[in-house]
Amino acid sequence: MAATTHDNAHGHDDHHDHDHKPGFVARWLFSTNHKDIGTLYLIFAVIGGVVGGALSMIMRAQLQFPNSHIVTSGQEWNTIVTSHGLLMIFFSVMPALIGGFGNWFIPLMIGAPDMAFPRLNNISFWLLPPAFVLICIGLVMGESGSGWTLYPPLSNSTYESGMGMDCTLFALHLAGASSLLGSMNFITTIFNMRAPGMTLHKMPLFIWAELVTAFLLVLSVPVLAGAITMLICDRNFGTAFFDPTGGGDPVLFQHLFWFFGHPEVYIMILPGFGIVSHVISTFSRKPIFGYLGMVYAMVGIGVVGFVVWAHHMYLSGIDIDTRAYFMGATMVIAVPTGIKIFSWIATMWGGSISFETPMLWAVGFLFVFTLGGVTGVVCANAGIDYMIHNTYYVIAHFHYVLSLGAVFSIFCGIYYWFGKMSGRQYPEFWGRVHFWMTFVGVNLTFFPQHFLGLSGMPRRYPDYPNAFAGWNYVSSIGAYISGVAMLVFLYVCYRTLTSKEKVADNPWGEGATTLEWTQTSPPAFHTYLELPRIK
Amino acid sequence: MKHPYHLPDPSPWPIIASLGGFLIVFGIILAAHYHSYLMLIAGTLLTLGTAFMWWRDVIKEARTPGAHSAIVRLGLRYGMVLFIGSEVMFFSGFFWAYFNFLLYPETQGNGMLVWPPSNIFTFDPFHLPLLNTMILLLSGCTVTWAHHGLLEGDKKALVNGLGITILLGLCFTGFQAVEYAHAPFKFWGGGVYSSVFFLATGFHGFHVIVGTLFLIVCYFRARANHFTPARHFGFEAAAWYWHFVDVVWLFLFICIYWYGAGNIAAE
Repeated sequence: MAATTHDNAHGHDDHHDHDHKPGFVARWLFSTNHKDIGTLYLIFAVIGGVVGGALSMIMRAQLQFPNSHIVTSGQEWNTIVTSHGLLMIFFSVMPALIGGFGNWFIPLMIGAPDMAFPRLNNISFWLLPPAFVLICIGLVMGESGSGWTLYPPLSNSTYESGMGMDCTLFALHLAGASSLLGSMNFITTIFNMRAPGMTLHKMPLFIWAELVTAFLLVLSVPVLAGAITMLICDRNFGTAFFDPTGGGDPVLFQHLFWFFGHPEVYIMILPGFGIVSHVISTFSRKPIFGYLGMVYAMVGIGVVGFVVWAHHMYLSGIDIDTRAYFMGATMVIAVPTGIKIFSWIATMWGGSISFETPMLWAVGFLFVFTLGGVTGVVCANAGIDYMIHNTYYVIAHFHYVLSLGAVFSIFCGIYYWFGKMSGRQYPEFWGRVHFWMTFVGVNLTFFPQHFLGLSGMPRRYPDYPNAFAGWNYVSSIGAYISGVAMLVFLYVCYRTLTSKEKVADNPWGEGATTLEWTQTSPPAFHTYLELPRIK
Repeated sequence: MKHPYHLPDPSPWPIIASLGGFLIVFGIILAAHYHSYLMLIAGTLLTLGTAFMWWRDVIKEARTPGAHSAIVRLGLRYGMVLFIGSEVMFFSGFFWAYFNFLLYPETQGNGMLVWPPSNIFTFDPFHLPLLNTMILLLSGCTVTWAHHGLLEGDKKALVNGLGITILLGLCFTGFQAVEYAHAPFKFWGGGVYSSVFFLATGFHGFHVIVGTLFLIVCYFRARANHFTPARHFGFEAAAWYWHFVDVVWLFLFICIYWYGAGNIAAE
């Protein structure tokens, strides 16, 4: 590795100046620069998150009181639910954690001048805005009410005959192509472009997290592509894959979908694990506890994540032996996840901890992710899942791990690296306000949903019996608080980007040991034109 | 510049290609719902044109001293392996569907749980499909012949081997078209057998066409002396891809045509 990195044959590319930046169009539309593409991804993720979050405000407003009519029909409700899920997953969490932080910090942390395939990197980003437009067409036309899982017959041409559903399906094709090209780029970059001396076992945990994530994407997204291709053909071209009248099988779609969909949930959380590891280590001023265990816990989660998909399908009629297997395999995942949680706590143990905003988000992440993980083990039990499947208990569970866990890790990363990326200091006070409002708001939103689910309130309905009114009211109030917190976040962004206060190369001190802190804040347009050496 | 990596200049092709992708998918939707084909055609032309221009840039860079250093070429290898890996997973989805139906057939109204469905007549696997198997296997040999010619510096063997491989690829595609034209079951409304048959073999056929295009590019590059015994990753990538479509075909032939044969249609 170290030998090959230095066989710099002819040194032809002399047109790359240190400070030379291309003009606006060439810089932002034709970009081949990992930092600029990462910035585009982050901006896009914020837009996706705001639109998706606005939909959740509509939903909580509708559910605040029984018998509301803010949403005028069940179809409209279903379309909002579907778009909320797809926007948050494919157009907010993934672009932020993978496209945004991955692009920004993989090259910076491994000491590479850029990604392996910079043009491919750009098409990975630019496939997303058209996909976003297609999703919005499906939403505005009100013709994509299948739920984000797209199950036929809900999504077939009998029950969703309009072109809006096709727009939503093709949006996933484009977003999937984007993820695939991006992940091939990530894997190649990580395997091929590490600085001399950085062996795999010296890679920062965030790099390991993105590597495992990229492998999950390469192996799972094509299966989704196949499944939605079949679905599109069923809808438009007279095939019968999922149509029993032609000999097809709707449960087949569920298998294909969840073979993608389960790795997808780890795709959304693994990069967050990486970020939280760095933040906890930095603010405890200690190296991460059990580095190798942390690495192989992530690899283990990635591998086992591929063989647990049918725990989403306990009620689809699969037989009891299958259910028993998927139940056991699912609970096995709690072991590597537990290794990570305990290692984070052990990292803090005896550390010289300070609670700047990034650390608040990291510790908040530990709390909400552990809570969501515990309810995950509850849901994993096929027998218990018979009672809580498709209830608000499941909603509470996956929002605790994603909307709280993954999103907390995104904010954790934003505050940790905001100074590095922009060169400007975020306002610490407003960062803390943002954290505490979000923490109170989301817990108030989702914790009562456990009670609603356990007492039998089903998901995906725009109304409920009066018996559920109390906790729904609390949940909606919580949602409004977290909605205002999102506005606080936008204010923090405004304050940071207009701030005059410059940030040092390493504002976090001795705990921040990875390579990006050796660069200026913000880093030069091209970094590591001379490769660093890792001892 | 003290690193061996290749940092390309800003390029318009990625964003134009993504516009092409958008026009294609939206064009398919318009074609399916409104029988309007203009956008689909425009998107396809735009995407093909962009692919041409982008590829031309990469070939230029490959011939620029120092741009494609040894480690950059290694990166391209990683990229191609990962791309083929993702393609394998794409076909896995269709094989998953196929085996789902083969192992757990649904009733077709007549209460019979059989595969292929009792109203379906299938192709004789040892007729055209066997011929196509032989054609693809032979093309795997000829592309290896071309590779050895390249390694030995024998340009004639390289060009001839590539040319024959391309002709065999075109023969395969032609025979598949003939087979489709004579299919004893129809695609539209033909039920689950024809669905999985046509999508699995159809996507394979599409990949054969892409592989043939890749080989055609290599053919002209070989004639223009772009490849040397030490440096010819473009050729290797095309050969890998060609072997990949070959292997997919072997699975299709064994699993669908042969193991999945039912009542053979009379010729």
